[in-house]
Amino acid sequence: MATQHSRSAARLMMAPAVVLLLGWMLVPLTMTLYFSFKRYLPLRGGDLGWVGFENYTRFVTSSAFWPSIQTTLLIVGGVLVITVVLGVLLAILLNQPMWGQGVVRILVIAPFFVMPTVSALVWKNMFMDPNYGLLAHLWKFFGAAPVEWLSQASLPSIILIVSWQWLPFATLILLTAIQSLDGEQLEAAEMDGAPAYKRFGYITLPHLGRAITVVILIQTIFLLSIFAEIFVTTGGAFGTKTLSYLIFQRVLESQNVGLGSAGGVYAIILANIVAIFLMRIVGKNLDA
Amino acid sequence: MARAVTPQRKAINTAAAWAVGLLIFFPILWTILTSFKTEATAIADPPVFLAFDWTLENYGVVMERSNYGRFLWNSIIIAGGSTLLGIIIAVPAAWSMAFVPSKRTKDILMWMLSTKMLPAVGVLYPIYLLFIKMGLLDTKFGLVIVLMLINLPIIVWMLYTYFKEIPGEILEAARMDGASLKEEVIHILTPMAVPGIASTILLNVILAWNEAFWTLNLTAAKAAPLTAFIASYSSPEGLFYAKLSAASTMAIAPILILGWFSQKQLVSGLTFGAVK
Repeated sequence: MATQHSRSAARLMMAPAVVLLLGWMLVPLTMTLYFSFKRYLPLRGGDLGWVGFENYTRFVTSSAFWPSIQTTLLIVGGVLVITVVLGVLLAILLNQPMWGQGVVRILVIAPFFVMPTVSALVWKNMFMDPNYGLLAHLWKFFGAAPVEWLSQASLPSIILIVSWQWLPFATLILLTAIQSLDGEQLEAAEMDGAPAYKRFGYITLPHLGRAITVVILIQTIFLLSIFAEIFVTTGGAFGTKTLSYLIFQRVLESQNVGLGSAGGVYAIILANIVAIFLMRIVGKNLDA
Repeated sequence: MARAVTPQRKAINTAAAWAVGLLIFFPILWTILTSFKTEATAIADPPVFLAFDWTLENYGVVMERSNYGRFLWNSIIIAGGSTLLGIIIAVPAAWSMAFVPSKRTKDILMWMLSTKMLPAVGVLYPIYLLFIKMGLLDTKFGLVIVLMLINLPIIVWMLYTYFKEIPGEILEAARMDGASLKEEVIHILTPMAVPGIASTILLNVILAWNEAFWTLNLTAAKAAPLTAFIASYSSPEGLFYAKLSAASTMAIAPILILGWFSQKQLVSGLTFGAVK
Protein backbone atom coordinates (compact mmCIF):
# COMPACT_ATOMS: atom_id res chain seq x y z
CA MET A 1 0.00 0.00 0.00
CA ALA A 2 3.03 2.23 0.13
CA THR A 3 3.08 4.35 -3.00
CA GLN A 4 5.90 6.61 -4.09
CA HIS A 5 3.85 9.50 -2.83
CA SER A 6 3.28 8.12 0.63
CA ARG A 7 6.94 7.17 0.88
CA SER A 8 8.17 10.68 0.41
CA ALA A 9 5.51 11.91 2.82
CA ALA A 10 6.76 9.37 5.32
CA ARG A 11 10.30 10.58 4.90
CA LEU A 12 9.14 14.13 5.53
CA MET A 13 7.35 13.07 8.71
CA MET A 14 10.44 11.37 10.00
CA ALA A 15 12.78 14.24 9.16
CA PRO A 16 12.41 16.44 12.28
CA ALA A 17 13.12 13.61 14.70
CA VAL A 18 16.04 12.31 12.66
CA VAL A 19 17.62 15.72 12.09
CA LEU A 20 17.29 16.74 15.75
CA LEU A 21 18.80 13.53 17.05
CA LEU A 22 21.56 13.66 14.47
CA GLY A 23 22.43 17.18 15.61
CA TRP A 24 22.19 16.21 19.27
CA MET A 25 24.62 13.38 18.66
CA LEU A 26 27.09 14.88 16.21
CA VAL A 27 27.54 18.45 17.46
CA PRO A 28 28.52 17.73 21.08
CA LEU A 29 30.44 14.62 20.09
CA THR A 30 32.53 16.54 17.59
CA MET A 31 33.17 19.25 20.15
CA THR A 32 34.22 16.72 22.79
CA LEU A 33 36.62 15.12 20.31
CA TYR A 34 37.96 18.55 19.36
CA PHE A 35 38.56 19.62 22.96
CA SER A 36 40.12 16.30 23.84
CA PHE A 37 43.09 17.09 21.60
CA LYS A 38 43.58 20.55 23.06
CA ARG A 39 44.98 22.04 26.19
CA TYR A 40 41.91 24.00 27.16
CA LEU A 41 41.50 25.73 30.51
CA PRO A 42 38.60 28.21 30.35
CA LEU A 43 39.54 29.96 33.59
CA ARG A 44 43.31 29.87 33.14
CA GLY A 45 44.11 31.16 29.68
CA GLY A 46 41.49 29.39 27.60
CA ASP A 47 42.60 27.58 24.47
CA LEU A 48 46.33 26.86 24.75
CA GLY A 49 46.73 24.94 21.51
CA TRP A 50 46.83 21.40 20.22
CA VAL A 51 48.48 18.73 22.28
CA GLY A 52 47.86 15.55 20.32
CA PHE A 53 47.07 12.56 22.50
CA GLU A 54 48.51 14.08 25.65
CA ASN A 55 45.13 14.40 27.38
CA TYR A 56 44.38 10.78 26.66
CA THR A 57 47.62 9.55 28.17
CA ARG A 58 47.41 11.99 31.07
CA PHE A 59 43.88 10.89 31.87
CA VAL A 60 44.76 7.22 32.12
CA THR A 61 48.05 7.80 33.93
CA SER A 62 46.59 10.11 36.57
CA SER A 63 46.47 8.55 40.00
CA ALA A 64 42.68 8.93 40.11
CA PHE A 65 41.99 6.93 36.95
CA TRP A 66 42.37 3.29 37.96
CA PRO A 67 40.63 3.76 41.31
CA SER A 68 37.75 5.37 39.44
CA ILE A 69 37.50 2.41 37.07
CA GLN A 70 37.57 0.06 40.02
CA THR A 71 34.86 2.07 41.82
CA THR A 72 32.72 2.12 38.69
CA LEU A 73 33.00 -1.63 38.23
CA LEU A 74 32.30 -2.32 41.90
CA ILE A 75 29.20 -0.15 41.92
CA VAL A 76 27.86 -1.45 38.60
CA GLY A 77 28.71 -5.07 39.44
CA GLY A 78 27.44 -4.88 43.02
CA VAL A 79 24.14 -3.31 42.04
CA LEU A 80 23.68 -5.77 39.17
CA VAL A 81 24.24 -8.83 41.35
CA ILE A 82 21.95 -7.54 44.10
CA THR A 83 19.13 -6.38 41.85
CA VAL A 84 19.15 -9.45 39.57
CA VAL A 85 19.32 -12.04 42.36
CA LEU A 86 16.78 -10.30 44.59
CA GLY A 87 14.74 -9.38 41.53
CA VAL A 88 14.37 -13.02 40.47
CA LEU A 89 13.41 -14.08 43.99
CA LEU A 90 10.96 -11.21 44.35
CA ALA A 91 9.43 -11.88 40.96
CA ILE A 92 8.84 -15.52 41.88
CA LEU A 93 7.36 -14.49 45.23
CA LEU A 94 5.07 -11.87 43.70
CA ASN A 95 3.90 -14.36 41.11
CA GLN A 96 2.49 -16.68 43.79
CA PRO A 97 -1.19 -16.56 44.61
CA MET A 98 -1.79 -14.23 47.54
CA TRP A 99 -4.09 -11.62 48.98
CA GLY A 100 -3.49 -8.00 48.07
CA GLN A 101 -1.09 -8.72 45.22
CA GLY A 102 -1.81 -5.37 43.58
CA VAL A 103 -0.93 -3.42 46.70
CA VAL A 104 2.30 -5.33 47.27
CA ARG A 105 3.30 -4.66 43.67
CA ILE A 106 2.76 -0.96 44.21
CA LEU A 107 4.85 -0.99 47.39
CA VAL A 108 7.70 -2.79 45.63
CA ILE A 109 7.71 -0.53 42.57
CA ALA A 110 7.55 2.74 44.48
CA PRO A 111 11.31 3.41 44.91
CA PHE A 112 11.73 3.59 41.14
CA PHE A 113 9.63 6.76 41.05
CA VAL A 114 11.57 8.57 43.74
CA MET A 115 13.88 11.14 42.23
CA PRO A 116 17.58 10.29 42.73
CA THR A 117 18.36 13.39 44.76
CA VAL A 118 15.54 12.59 47.19
CA SER A 119 16.51 8.97 47.71
CA ALA A 120 20.18 9.87 48.15
CA LEU A 121 19.35 12.55 50.69
CA VAL A 122 16.84 10.48 52.62
CA TRP A 123 19.23 7.56 52.89
CA LYS A 124 22.14 9.78 53.77
CA ASN A 125 20.43 11.70 56.56
CA MET A 126 17.58 9.66 57.90
CA PHE A 127 19.11 6.21 57.65
CA MET A 128 22.88 6.45 57.45
CA ASP A 129 23.56 9.41 59.71
CA PRO A 130 25.84 8.12 62.52
CA ASN A 131 23.96 10.11 65.20
CA TYR A 132 20.32 10.34 64.25
CA GLY A 133 19.94 7.82 61.43
CA LEU A 134 17.63 4.86 61.86
CA LEU A 135 20.44 2.42 61.17
CA ALA A 136 22.42 3.97 64.03
CA HIS A 137 19.45 3.42 66.34
CA LEU A 138 19.17 -0.15 65.12
CA TRP A 139 22.88 -0.78 65.75
CA LYS A 140 22.65 0.74 69.22
CA PHE A 141 19.60 -1.38 69.96
CA PHE A 142 21.69 -4.48 69.37
CA GLY A 143 24.52 -3.05 71.39
CA ALA A 144 26.83 -2.31 68.49
CA ALA A 145 28.63 0.95 67.83
CA PRO A 146 26.93 3.00 65.08
CA VAL A 147 28.72 2.95 61.73
CA GLU A 148 29.65 6.10 59.85
CA TRP A 149 28.20 4.62 56.73
CA LEU A 150 29.20 7.11 54.10
CA SER A 151 32.81 7.42 55.20
CA GLN A 152 33.66 4.03 56.71
CA ALA A 153 31.58 1.91 54.34
CA SER A 154 31.08 4.42 51.56
CA LEU A 155 31.00 2.06 48.62
CA PRO A 156 28.61 -0.53 50.11
CA SER A 157 26.38 2.35 51.22
CA ILE A 158 26.15 3.77 47.71
CA ILE A 159 25.59 0.30 46.30
CA LEU A 160 22.75 -0.12 48.81
CA ILE A 161 21.12 3.19 47.85
CA VAL A 162 21.39 2.54 44.12
CA SER A 163 20.20 -1.06 44.49
CA TRP A 164 17.15 0.16 46.36
CA GLN A 165 16.36 2.43 43.42
CA TRP A 166 16.86 -0.22 40.74
CA LEU A 167 15.48 -3.33 42.41
CA PRO A 168 11.92 -2.33 41.42
CA PHE A 169 12.96 -2.05 37.77
CA ALA A 170 14.53 -5.52 37.76
CA THR A 171 11.61 -7.02 39.66
CA LEU A 172 8.99 -5.49 37.40
CA ILE A 173 10.64 -6.73 34.22
CA LEU A 174 11.37 -10.19 35.59
CA LEU A 175 7.82 -10.42 36.92
CA THR A 176 6.45 -9.58 33.49
CA ALA A 177 8.66 -12.27 31.99
CA ILE A 178 7.73 -14.88 34.61
CA GLN A 179 4.05 -14.30 34.02
CA SER A 180 4.46 -15.50 30.45
CA LEU A 181 5.86 -18.80 31.72
CA ASP A 182 3.68 -21.78 30.92
CA GLY A 183 2.20 -22.91 34.23
CA GLU A 184 1.38 -26.35 32.87
CA GLN A 185 5.01 -27.13 32.25
CA LEU A 186 5.85 -26.45 35.88
CA GLU A 187 2.87 -28.48 36.99
CA ALA A 188 3.91 -31.43 34.87
CA ALA A 189 7.42 -31.29 36.30
CA GLU A 190 5.99 -31.16 39.78
CA MET A 191 3.85 -34.22 39.14
CA ASP A 192 6.85 -36.07 37.81
CA GLY A 193 8.44 -35.44 41.15
CA ALA A 194 10.99 -32.77 40.23
CA PRO A 195 12.00 -30.90 43.38
CA ALA A 196 11.52 -27.11 43.60
CA TYR A 197 15.17 -26.22 42.97
CA LYS A 198 15.25 -28.37 39.84
CA ARG A 199 12.04 -26.86 38.53
CA PHE A 200 13.61 -23.46 39.12
CA GLY A 201 16.95 -24.36 37.53
CA TYR A 202 15.64 -26.18 34.47
CA ILE A 203 12.41 -24.35 33.68
CA THR A 204 12.06 -20.95 35.36
CA LEU A 205 15.63 -19.71 35.07
CA PRO A 206 16.12 -20.57 31.37
CA HIS A 207 12.79 -18.90 30.63
CA LEU A 208 14.03 -15.75 32.36
CA GLY A 209 17.38 -15.74 30.58
CA ARG A 210 16.45 -13.15 28.02
CA ALA A 211 14.76 -10.83 30.50
CA ILE A 212 17.77 -11.05 32.80
CA THR A 213 20.06 -10.10 29.94
CA VAL A 214 17.89 -7.12 29.12
CA VAL A 215 17.83 -6.01 32.75
CA ILE A 216 21.62 -6.29 32.98
CA LEU A 217 22.26 -4.34 29.81
CA ILE A 218 19.81 -1.52 30.44
CA GLN A 219 20.85 -1.13 34.06
CA THR A 220 24.52 -1.12 33.08
CA ILE A 221 23.96 1.79 30.76
CA PHE A 222 22.17 3.79 33.45
CA LEU A 223 24.52 2.71 36.24
CA LEU A 224 27.65 3.70 34.33
CA SER A 225 26.45 7.27 34.56
CA ILE A 226 24.93 7.54 38.03
CA PHE A 227 25.57 11.01 39.28
CA ALA A 228 23.12 12.47 41.79
CA GLU A 229 23.60 9.61 44.26
CA ILE A 230 27.31 10.42 44.56
CA PHE A 231 26.95 14.18 44.18
CA VAL A 232 24.55 14.38 47.12
CA THR A 233 26.09 11.80 49.47
CA THR A 234 29.88 11.84 49.36
CA GLY A 235 30.71 14.28 46.59
CA GLY A 236 33.18 11.74 45.27
CA ALA A 237 35.12 11.44 48.54
CA PHE A 238 35.95 8.23 50.44
CA GLY A 239 36.69 6.21 47.34
CA THR A 240 33.36 6.74 45.63
CA LYS A 241 34.64 8.58 42.59
CA THR A 242 33.35 6.78 39.52
CA LEU A 243 34.62 7.40 36.00
CA SER A 244 31.63 9.67 35.31
CA TYR A 245 32.19 11.60 38.48
CA LEU A 246 35.90 11.98 37.78
CA ILE A 247 35.11 13.45 34.37
CA PHE A 248 32.52 15.76 35.91
CA GLN A 249 35.12 17.03 38.37
CA ARG A 250 37.74 17.56 35.69
CA VAL A 251 35.34 19.49 33.49
CA LEU A 252 33.24 21.57 35.87
CA GLU A 253 35.19 21.68 39.13
CA SER A 254 38.79 22.00 38.00
CA GLN A 255 37.77 23.37 34.60
CA ASN A 256 40.29 21.30 32.70
CA VAL A 257 38.16 20.77 29.65
CA GLY A 258 40.77 19.08 27.47
CA LEU A 259 41.51 16.43 30.07
CA GLY A 260 37.85 15.96 30.93
CA SER A 261 36.93 15.60 27.26
CA ALA A 262 39.51 12.86 26.78
CA GLY A 263 37.89 11.13 29.76
CA GLY A 264 34.53 11.67 28.13
CA VAL A 265 35.71 9.86 25.01
CA TYR A 266 36.76 6.90 27.16
CA ALA A 267 33.33 6.90 28.82
CA ILE A 268 31.62 6.97 25.44
CA ILE A 269 33.69 4.01 24.22
CA LEU A 270 32.89 2.07 27.39
CA ALA A 271 29.16 2.73 27.06
CA ASN A 272 29.23 1.73 23.40
CA ILE A 273 30.69 -1.66 24.17
CA VAL A 274 27.70 -2.37 26.40
CA ALA A 275 25.32 -0.78 23.93
CA ILE A 276 26.35 -3.08 21.08
CA PHE A 277 25.20 -6.12 23.04
CA LEU A 278 21.93 -4.51 24.04
CA MET A 279 21.20 -3.44 20.47
CA ARG A 280 21.70 -6.97 19.24
CA ILE A 281 19.00 -8.26 21.56
CA VAL A 282 16.58 -5.44 20.83
CA GLY A 283 17.28 -5.75 17.12
CA LYS A 284 16.55 -9.44 17.08
CA ASN A 285 13.24 -8.73 18.71
CA LEU A 286 12.42 -6.22 16.00
CA ASP A 287 12.53 -8.95 13.34
CA ALA A 288 10.23 -11.26 15.24
CA MET B 1 -1.34 -19.84 37.27
CA ALA B 2 -4.61 -21.63 37.64
CA ARG B 3 -3.26 -24.06 40.20
CA ALA B 4 -5.25 -24.64 43.30
CA VAL B 5 -3.30 -23.77 46.43
CA THR B 6 -4.04 -24.51 50.02
CA PRO B 7 -5.13 -21.54 52.14
CA GLN B 8 -2.07 -22.07 54.33
CA ARG B 9 0.27 -21.76 51.40
CA LYS B 10 -1.55 -18.65 50.28
CA ALA B 11 -1.31 -17.16 53.75
CA ILE B 12 2.42 -17.81 53.87
CA ASN B 13 2.89 -16.22 50.46
CA THR B 14 0.86 -13.24 51.51
CA ALA B 15 2.80 -12.73 54.72
CA ALA B 16 6.18 -13.07 52.99
CA ALA B 17 5.26 -10.76 50.12
CA TRP B 18 3.80 -8.10 52.39
CA ALA B 19 6.84 -8.20 54.65
CA VAL B 20 9.21 -7.73 51.72
CA GLY B 21 6.97 -5.10 50.15
CA LEU B 22 6.78 -3.07 53.35
CA LEU B 23 10.53 -3.37 53.87
CA ILE B 24 11.20 -1.97 50.40
CA PHE B 25 8.63 0.76 50.81
CA PHE B 26 9.79 1.62 54.32
CA PRO B 27 12.21 4.48 53.46
CA ILE B 28 9.39 6.26 51.65
CA LEU B 29 6.94 5.58 54.46
CA TRP B 30 9.45 6.80 57.02
CA THR B 31 10.00 10.00 55.05
CA ILE B 32 6.28 10.66 54.85
CA LEU B 33 5.83 9.99 58.60
CA THR B 34 8.78 12.18 59.55
CA SER B 35 7.37 15.04 57.52
CA PHE B 36 4.49 15.25 60.02
CA LYS B 37 6.73 15.34 63.10
CA THR B 38 8.30 18.28 64.87
CA GLU B 39 12.08 18.60 64.46
CA ALA B 40 12.53 17.39 68.01
CA THR B 41 10.46 14.24 67.49
CA ALA B 42 12.15 13.60 64.17
CA ILE B 43 15.49 12.99 65.88
CA ALA B 44 14.07 11.47 69.06
CA ASP B 45 16.00 8.57 70.56
CA PRO B 46 14.52 5.97 70.41
CA PRO B 47 12.72 6.88 67.18
CA VAL B 48 8.97 7.37 67.32
CA PHE B 49 7.00 5.47 64.75
CA LEU B 50 3.36 6.56 64.88
CA ALA B 51 2.61 7.85 68.36
CA PHE B 52 3.51 11.50 67.99
CA ASP B 53 1.62 14.76 67.65
CA TRP B 54 1.04 15.10 63.95
CA THR B 55 1.75 18.53 62.58
CA LEU B 56 1.58 20.23 59.21
CA GLU B 57 3.99 22.91 60.31
CA ASN B 58 6.93 21.62 58.21
CA TYR B 59 5.00 21.90 55.00
CA GLY B 60 4.18 25.50 55.80
CA VAL B 61 7.78 26.34 56.62
CA VAL B 62 9.19 24.67 53.51
CA MET B 63 6.73 26.42 51.22
CA GLU B 64 7.32 29.76 52.80
CA ARG B 65 11.05 29.69 53.14
CA SER B 66 12.24 28.07 49.99
CA ASN B 67 9.80 29.24 47.40
CA TYR B 68 8.77 25.67 46.78
CA GLY B 69 6.13 26.84 44.34
CA ARG B 70 8.68 28.14 41.89
CA PHE B 71 10.66 24.88 41.88
CA LEU B 72 7.46 22.92 41.44
CA TRP B 73 6.42 25.18 38.59
CA ASN B 74 9.82 24.71 36.95
CA SER B 75 9.52 20.95 37.27
CA ILE B 76 6.06 20.97 35.74
CA ILE B 77 7.11 23.17 32.83
CA ILE B 78 10.31 21.23 32.17
CA ALA B 79 8.82 17.73 32.47
CA GLY B 80 5.56 18.62 30.73
CA GLY B 81 7.11 20.83 28.08
CA SER B 82 9.84 18.42 27.09
CA THR B 83 7.34 15.55 26.88
CA LEU B 84 4.81 17.46 24.79
CA LEU B 85 7.45 18.78 22.43
CA GLY B 86 8.85 15.27 22.13
CA ILE B 87 5.41 13.86 21.35
CA ILE B 88 4.78 16.46 18.66
CA ILE B 89 8.04 15.56 16.96
CA ALA B 90 7.79 11.81 17.53
CA VAL B 91 4.19 11.08 16.53
CA PRO B 92 4.69 11.75 12.79
CA ALA B 93 8.00 9.89 12.83
CA ALA B 94 6.66 6.82 14.64
CA TRP B 95 3.54 6.92 12.51
CA SER B 96 5.40 6.78 9.25
CA MET B 97 7.74 4.07 10.53
CA ALA B 98 4.82 1.91 11.62
CA PHE B 99 2.58 2.37 8.58
CA VAL B 100 5.01 3.08 5.73
CA PRO B 101 8.02 1.00 6.74
CA SER B 102 10.99 0.93 4.41
CA LYS B 103 14.12 -1.17 4.37
CA ARG B 104 15.88 1.37 6.53
CA THR B 105 13.20 1.77 9.22
CA LYS B 106 14.82 -0.78 11.47
CA ASP B 107 18.25 0.81 11.10
CA ILE B 108 16.86 4.24 11.91
CA LEU B 109 15.13 2.92 15.01
CA MET B 110 18.28 1.21 16.18
CA TRP B 111 20.35 4.30 15.53
CA MET B 112 17.92 6.44 17.52
CA LEU B 113 18.24 4.02 20.40
CA SER B 114 22.02 4.25 20.21
CA THR B 115 21.95 8.03 20.77
CA LYS B 116 20.27 7.34 24.10
CA MET B 117 23.35 5.45 25.17
CA LEU B 118 25.71 8.36 24.83
CA PRO B 119 26.89 9.02 28.40
CA ALA B 120 25.81 12.49 29.44
CA VAL B 121 29.10 13.26 31.11
CA GLY B 122 30.90 12.70 27.79
CA VAL B 123 29.16 15.68 26.25
CA LEU B 124 28.76 17.78 29.39
CA TYR B 125 31.17 20.54 28.46
CA PRO B 126 30.01 21.04 24.87
CA ILE B 127 26.41 21.35 26.01
CA TYR B 128 27.45 23.64 28.84
CA LEU B 129 29.39 25.82 26.42
CA LEU B 130 26.61 25.91 23.83
CA PHE B 131 24.16 26.84 26.57
CA ILE B 132 26.33 29.77 27.65
CA LYS B 133 26.82 30.92 24.06
CA MET B 134 23.12 30.76 23.32
CA GLY B 135 22.06 32.24 26.64
CA LEU B 136 20.22 29.06 27.58
CA LEU B 137 22.01 28.36 30.85
CA ASP B 138 19.58 28.36 33.76
CA THR B 139 16.53 28.73 31.53
CA LYS B 140 13.52 26.46 31.47
CA PHE B 141 13.54 26.55 27.69
CA GLY B 142 17.07 25.15 27.55
CA LEU B 143 16.17 22.24 29.80
CA VAL B 144 12.99 21.54 27.87
CA ILE B 145 15.11 21.14 24.75
CA VAL B 146 17.77 18.94 26.36
CA LEU B 147 15.32 16.65 28.15
CA MET B 148 13.22 16.40 25.01
CA LEU B 149 16.29 15.26 23.10
CA ILE B 150 17.43 12.68 25.64
CA ASN B 151 13.94 11.20 25.83
CA LEU B 152 13.06 11.46 22.14
CA PRO B 153 14.40 7.97 21.31
CA ILE B 154 12.22 6.42 24.03
CA ILE B 155 9.19 8.38 22.87
CA VAL B 156 9.65 7.33 19.24
CA TRP B 157 10.20 3.72 20.26
CA MET B 158 7.20 3.52 22.53
CA LEU B 159 4.90 5.13 20.00
CA TYR B 160 6.24 2.90 17.26
CA THR B 161 5.49 -0.23 19.30
CA TYR B 162 1.96 0.98 19.98
CA PHE B 163 1.24 2.08 16.41
CA LYS B 164 2.51 -1.20 15.04
CA GLU B 165 -0.23 -3.00 16.91
CA ILE B 166 -2.93 -1.10 15.05
CA PRO B 167 -3.95 -3.52 12.28
CA GLY B 168 -3.58 -2.13 8.78
CA GLU B 169 -6.59 -4.14 7.59
CA ILE B 170 -8.92 -1.89 9.57
CA LEU B 171 -7.69 1.08 7.59
CA GLU B 172 -8.17 -0.74 4.32
CA ALA B 173 -11.65 -1.84 5.30
CA ALA B 174 -12.58 1.72 6.16
CA ARG B 175 -11.21 2.90 2.85
CA MET B 176 -13.25 0.28 1.01
CA ASP B 177 -16.33 1.53 2.81
CA GLY B 178 -15.59 4.92 1.31
CA ALA B 179 -14.01 6.70 4.27
CA SER B 180 -11.96 9.73 3.30
CA LEU B 181 -8.45 10.17 4.62
CA LYS B 182 -9.73 12.76 7.09
CA GLU B 183 -12.44 10.44 8.40
CA GLU B 184 -9.94 7.64 8.58
CA VAL B 185 -7.60 9.66 10.77
CA ILE B 186 -10.28 11.15 13.03
CA HIS B 187 -12.60 8.19 13.49
CA ILE B 188 -10.33 5.20 13.28
CA LEU B 189 -6.68 5.95 13.84
CA THR B 190 -6.89 8.55 16.57
CA PRO B 191 -9.09 6.59 18.96
CA MET B 192 -6.85 3.59 18.53
CA ALA B 193 -3.68 5.57 19.08
CA VAL B 194 -4.79 7.61 22.10
CA PRO B 195 -4.05 4.99 24.78
CA GLY B 196 -0.54 4.46 23.40
CA ILE B 197 0.16 8.17 23.26
CA ALA B 198 -1.20 8.65 26.77
CA SER B 199 1.04 6.01 28.31
CA THR B 200 4.03 7.37 26.41
CA ILE B 201 3.33 10.80 27.87
CA LEU B 202 3.01 9.35 31.35
CA LEU B 203 6.29 7.48 31.30
CA ASN B 204 8.21 10.38 29.86
CA VAL B 205 6.86 12.89 32.34
CA ILE B 206 8.15 10.57 35.05
CA LEU B 207 11.57 10.21 33.45
CA ALA B 208 11.91 13.95 32.88
CA TRP B 209 10.67 14.80 36.36
CA ASN B 210 13.35 12.64 37.98
CA GLU B 211 16.22 13.49 35.62
CA ALA B 212 19.09 14.56 37.84
CA PHE B 213 22.17 15.15 35.72
CA TRP B 214 21.30 17.94 33.33
CA THR B 215 18.84 19.56 35.71
CA LEU B 216 21.60 19.83 38.33
CA ASN B 217 24.35 20.92 35.99
CA LEU B 218 22.53 23.37 33.74
CA THR B 219 20.50 25.34 36.25
CA ALA B 220 21.24 27.74 39.08
CA ALA B 221 18.62 29.84 40.80
CA LYS B 222 16.09 30.70 38.11
CA ALA B 223 15.18 27.51 36.30
CA ALA B 224 16.04 24.93 38.95
CA PRO B 225 13.39 22.20 39.27
CA LEU B 226 12.62 20.03 42.29
CA THR B 227 15.67 17.78 41.82
CA ALA B 228 17.90 20.78 42.48
CA PHE B 229 15.63 22.06 45.24
CA ILE B 230 16.15 18.82 47.13
CA ALA B 231 19.88 18.73 46.42
CA SER B 232 20.16 22.14 48.09
CA TYR B 233 19.12 20.47 51.34
CA SER B 234 22.38 18.53 51.43
CA SER B 235 24.20 21.57 52.79
CA PRO B 236 24.69 21.32 56.59
CA GLU B 237 22.39 24.24 57.44
CA GLY B 238 19.55 22.45 55.73
CA LEU B 239 19.83 19.46 58.01
CA PHE B 240 16.37 19.46 59.46
CA TYR B 241 14.88 16.03 59.15
CA ALA B 242 11.24 17.01 59.39
CA LYS B 243 11.59 19.78 56.84
CA LEU B 244 13.75 17.68 54.59
CA SER B 245 11.05 15.01 54.74
CA ALA B 246 8.29 17.47 53.99
CA ALA B 247 10.23 18.81 51.01
CA SER B 248 10.98 15.28 49.80
CA THR B 249 7.38 14.17 50.17
CA MET B 250 6.20 17.12 48.12
CA ALA B 251 8.81 16.43 45.46
CA ILE B 252 7.95 12.76 45.00
CA ALA B 253 4.22 12.64 45.71
CA PRO B 254 2.94 13.76 42.30
CA ILE B 255 5.16 11.35 40.42
CA LEU B 256 4.55 8.45 42.78
CA ILE B 257 0.85 8.73 42.01
CA LEU B 258 1.42 9.03 38.26
CA GLY B 259 3.85 6.13 38.43
CA TRP B 260 1.37 3.78 40.00
CA PHE B 261 -0.87 4.29 37.01
CA SER B 262 1.87 3.59 34.51
CA GLN B 263 3.27 0.30 35.87
CA LYS B 264 2.23 -1.69 32.84
CA GLN B 265 3.67 0.66 30.23
CA LEU B 266 6.86 0.92 32.20
CA VAL B 267 8.10 -2.50 31.18
CA SER B 268 7.70 -2.31 27.43
CA GLY B 269 8.70 1.36 27.45
CA LEU B 270 11.93 0.92 29.33
CA THR B 271 13.04 -2.23 27.58
CA PHE B 272 12.28 -0.86 24.12
CA GLY B 273 9.82 -3.66 23.58
CA ALA B 274 12.35 -6.39 24.33
CA VAL B 275 10.24 -7.63 27.26
CA LYS B 276 6.48 -7.50 27.03
